[in-house]
Amino acid sequence: MFSFCSDPSTLDQLPWMACYLTTGKHMAFYTSFGTVLLLLAITAPVALLFGFGGAVASRSHIAPLRWFGKGYTSMVRGIPDIAFFLFVPIALDQGLELLRHKLRCPDWDMPVRQGNDFVVCDLAKLPLSNAPQWVHEGYGFTTAILAFAIVFGAFAANVIQGAMTAVPRAQMETAEAYGMSRRQSFWRILVPQMWVYALPGLSNLWQILVKATPLLFLLGVEDIVYWARELGGSKTSAFTYPHPDWRLYYFLFLLVFYLALTQVSEMAFARLTRKLSRGQATAAGEALRKASA
Amino acid sequence: MKSLTLASIVLVLGTGAAFAQDVVRMGTEGAYPPYNFINDNGEIDGFERELGDELCARAELTCEWVTNDWDSIIPNLVSGNYDTIIAGMSITPERDEVIDFTQPYTQPDPSAVVGMIDGLDLAGAVIAAQTGTIQAGYVAQIGATLVEFSSPDETVAAVRNGEVDAVIADKEFLKPIVEEEADMMFVGEDILLGGGIGMGVRESDPELKATFDAAIQTMKDDGTLNALISKWLPASALF
Repeated sequence: MFSFCSDPSTLDQLPWMACYLTTGKHMAFYTSFGTVLLLLAITAPVALLFGFGGAVASRSHIAPLRWFGKGYTSMVRGIPDIAFFLFVPIALDQGLELLRHKLRCPDWDMPVRQGNDFVVCDLAKLPLSNAPQWVHEGYGFTTAILAFAIVFGAFAANVIQGAMTAVPRAQMETAEAYGMSRRQSFWRILVPQMWVYALPGLSNLWQILVKATPLLFLLGVEDIVYWARELGGSKTSAFTYPHPDWRLYYFLFLLVFYLALTQVSEMAFARLTRKLSRGQATAAGEALRKASA
Repeated sequence: MKSLTLASIVLVLGTGAAFAQDVVRMGTEGAYPPYNFINDNGEIDGFERELGDELCARAELTCEWVTNDWDSIIPNLVSGNYDTIIAGMSITPERDEVIDFTQPYTQPDPSAVVGMIDGLDLAGAVIAAQTGTIQAGYVAQIGATLVEFSSPDETVAAVRNGEVDAVIADKEFLKPIVEEEADMMFVGEDILLGGGIGMGVRESDPELKATFDAAIQTMKDDGTLNALISKWLPASALF
């Protein structure tokens, strides 16, 4: 990074620190903050979509769809996250590879399972083993998002379902009296009104999701906690920048980051609640009406 | 939306008609200096990096390095996420049941115990070791209390904190720590465990095993392996 960094062992404390904090490894650490934020930004809407789908399915009048919705929410909520995170990506990966194997190597005569080994033809590998490293990383990242979305979607489904039942019955009856169809009254009356009831539960879920990102390393994605541990561990003189155990400082830094993230999202949720309460038949909506009157 | 789903399915199932399957993915832990570690540029470095690159050059393979947590390093090999394990893994009968090993590229490496108390009685001590290593098995065998940690660095940190009496690991890993920290010392004699370090490959992959076996043999024959060992692992026996 800096020109004076070529021989760190001769440097004073301050320039040494400047060099140390700008090594390639530290750059990877800083980038991983972006990885985590990106993961959150993608996972949250996808999980919300899964949750909405799950809630609608478990309210459905079509029995199999209802069973599916109820099965999804109760099963996923009951399985420990860590078991789920180890299972879903590996099962998904092997399932896709098996499918590709059947399609692309029809004349393969060896079994796919050989003892402990899972062997598919080279063309069926996902990603292909000659793919560049970023493809492998992107693939791992995608399976991570999917696993997170499935788990958090199940919790969100329960929250949204509760919010749907919380919308006053009289609102729906009025919609029916106006001659709206089921579909119309669902989309025009129920959905716009339920968010304010769902928000407290969803904001809880968001906070849990923020804190769950260290699970990423289970899936091979190197997140901020991984790098903090790797960088903070004591380094002997085999490294260019030897130092004792500094994990405490790295983890303190993570603490600040997580608290700041929590604080920002808390403020965002407060604004959102205020916005959604406008004109609602709730205590908060009533307070807003009186304040503006 | 439908066409998007369809397009992504096509993408997943159909892309990459390219051949040239000569890329071998090398799996390592990246947390066990001097065998393998991530250097300050964020690249994998160490004895095994240099050895692996040389072996790939000799076998005319294109190699790609991947890091993986030690705990899941064997499961990820057998499910095909990478093709070899080159991570300071000693050859043991238990591991040999699950995966295959190439011929060893180090002699059986001495393990050592490091603590902060001189004359510690190992049999009654609390000893830290990394989960799933031969050293962890050894501690359980001699009747001492075993405390397992998931990374090598944590086992040493546990000694410093006084959480355990001593740590057991490969001597080459512990030596620089003893040399650089005044209150750390070797306890007792070196212990010979395992049958040397080899590269792990899938049992269903005998061709790759043969390729690397041959490459290791050429390095043994012309003395380059010994030169590498003396450079990175000065206390180890040569071939």
